[in-house]
Amino acid sequence: MVFFQNLINALQWGSFYALIALGYSMVYSILMLFNFAHGDIFMVGAYIGFGVATALVALTAMGNFALPGWLVLALTILISMFLTSFVGMFVERVGYRPLRDAPRASAAITGLMIGIILETGNLILLGAQRISFPSLIETSTYQLGGVVVTNKKIMIVLVSIALSFALHQFIRRTRWGMAMRAMAFDYAVVPLMGVPLNRIAALTFAIGSGLAAVAGILFGVAYPVLDPYMGILVGWKAFVAAILGGRGSVVGATLAGFLLGFIEMFVPMVFPSTFRDLIAYSIILLILVFRPHGFFGEPYSARLRL
Amino acid sequence: MTLLQIEKMTHYFGGLRAVYNYGLSIEPGQIRGLIGPNGSGKTTIFNLITGIYQPTEGQILLEGKQLNGRSPHDIASMGIGRTFQNMLLWRHMTVLEHVKMARYSKLTYGLVGAFFGTSRRHREEAESEQVAFKLLKMMRVDQYADQIVLNLPYGAQRRVEMARALAMEPRILFLDEPTAGMNPDELVQMMDIIRKVHGELGLAIFLIEHRMRVVMELCERIQTLVFGEVIAEGIPEEIQNNPKVIDAYLGKETVE
Repeated sequence: MVFFQNLINALQWGSFYALIALGYSMVYSILMLFNFAHGDIFMVGAYIGFGVATALVALTAMGNFALPGWLVLALTILISMFLTSFVGMFVERVGYRPLRDAPRASAAITGLMIGIILETGNLILLGAQRISFPSLIETSTYQLGGVVVTNKKIMIVLVSIALSFALHQFIRRTRWGMAMRAMAFDYAVVPLMGVPLNRIAALTFAIGSGLAAVAGILFGVAYPVLDPYMGILVGWKAFVAAILGGRGSVVGATLAGFLLGFIEMFVPMVFPSTFRDLIAYSIILLILVFRPHGFFGEPYSARLRL
Repeated sequence: MTLLQIEKMTHYFGGLRAVYNYGLSIEPGQIRGLIGPNGSGKTTIFNLITGIYQPTEGQILLEGKQLNGRSPHDIASMGIGRTFQNMLLWRHMTVLEHVKMARYSKLTYGLVGAFFGTSRRHREEAESEQVAFKLLKMMRVDQYADQIVLNLPYGAQRRVEMARALAMEPRILFLDEPTAGMNPDELVQMMDIIRKVHGELGLAIFLIEHRMRVVMELCERIQTLVFGEVIAEGIPEEIQNNPKVIDAYLGKETVE
């Protein structure tokens, strides 16, 4: 029983990691940089979600009509994805594009700085107190042979799997996705085949940030407390999942996100829970020793040059 | 109208004069050659025309439209397809994906279509695949369509690169040493294919080549470049017998 209960919780945490890891992995694959601000974009997404949800609730109250809770949540997710994607594109335009040919360390440092700017910016704007995410849908609890499942958990898992499937299809089957995969090999030839690099780079950031926003809102639905530093730890863990999944692999990042959730949930079943992170990340370190490119990553090879 | 017109193009890398006072005019359907010793600036000229470098001076016109200052992807989709001296392929993508990728600028469906799989997206991608297959057949690599390009024989990889360049439906094709590193069989096959591309698509071709036999047989007119300057231009026979060209290649004062 405890096993299945943990499984449900692991799936929920895995969903957050997976959604955030996708953004890390795509940006890494296409632009050869780790967007270390990505965890904070998750945080910004959660706050934007909070703003949008509050506004929608106020709007329905003002207009004196009632929308079903799930519809408000769906609208919140869509609008916040859209808005947060602009945050991502802004970060790319201002922070990373000027550094595209600079040493990778500069880009990494820029990412860390942007993260700090987003955190402290939030602190200045909204203050240090925690904000609680409006509860949009009623929690209904189901008992399945002693295992407690809530509608929220089911929704979180389904939404994240659906989104990573959609992203996978997008990358496999559309011209934009194909351009992203080609850019993983070089920036030199891709434009000479008529593909606008900057647009694809911006799109990559937009998609990654949109997914992070979804993760932020779902996080707010599950744990309705937001604070400016909520993105740091979750972000780092999702980063680990992205590495574990393999550069640029949607399937890899998703699976690794869930695996991370599982390890984190199951370690405390056997060991004291204070050992959770120590043991979880030792296991991952061990996996990386044997598979340094992650589950689905191709061995690193130098980029094509003219 | 002249297809590609270049006037007084000069380019410096820092203090180094890489190209000096270069001029060219190509009519539709012509095959033109550019030869010269290593480091004479041939590939630099390709890079200047395709927008990788901006020329320090001079102007470049494609069908009367100025190319200077445009971005490489713009220039490519305006009608210049090219291949590369050291064959730049996306190693882990399939042959078909290479060719479909180059059709990016020919497709018009937007992001909404991409995410929601509209019928327009499906139609355009299907048409694009048909065009791609036609080109792969023409290049005799259609049997490899679903293979990763890394696993193909060398000559076939070269032809994939050419199919990719043609997929953009260019007005002119730039080939940078298309026969480099080929064995005699592959060489004959490549020359056949260049003739076929020229004949069937009526495409203008601008060719950099080291092998005299290839340039002499294929090109209508040839330029010889030495230290970034054209020292001789003419039909193949004139070039072959031009003492300056012989000097540049066999060395009298200039040592390669």
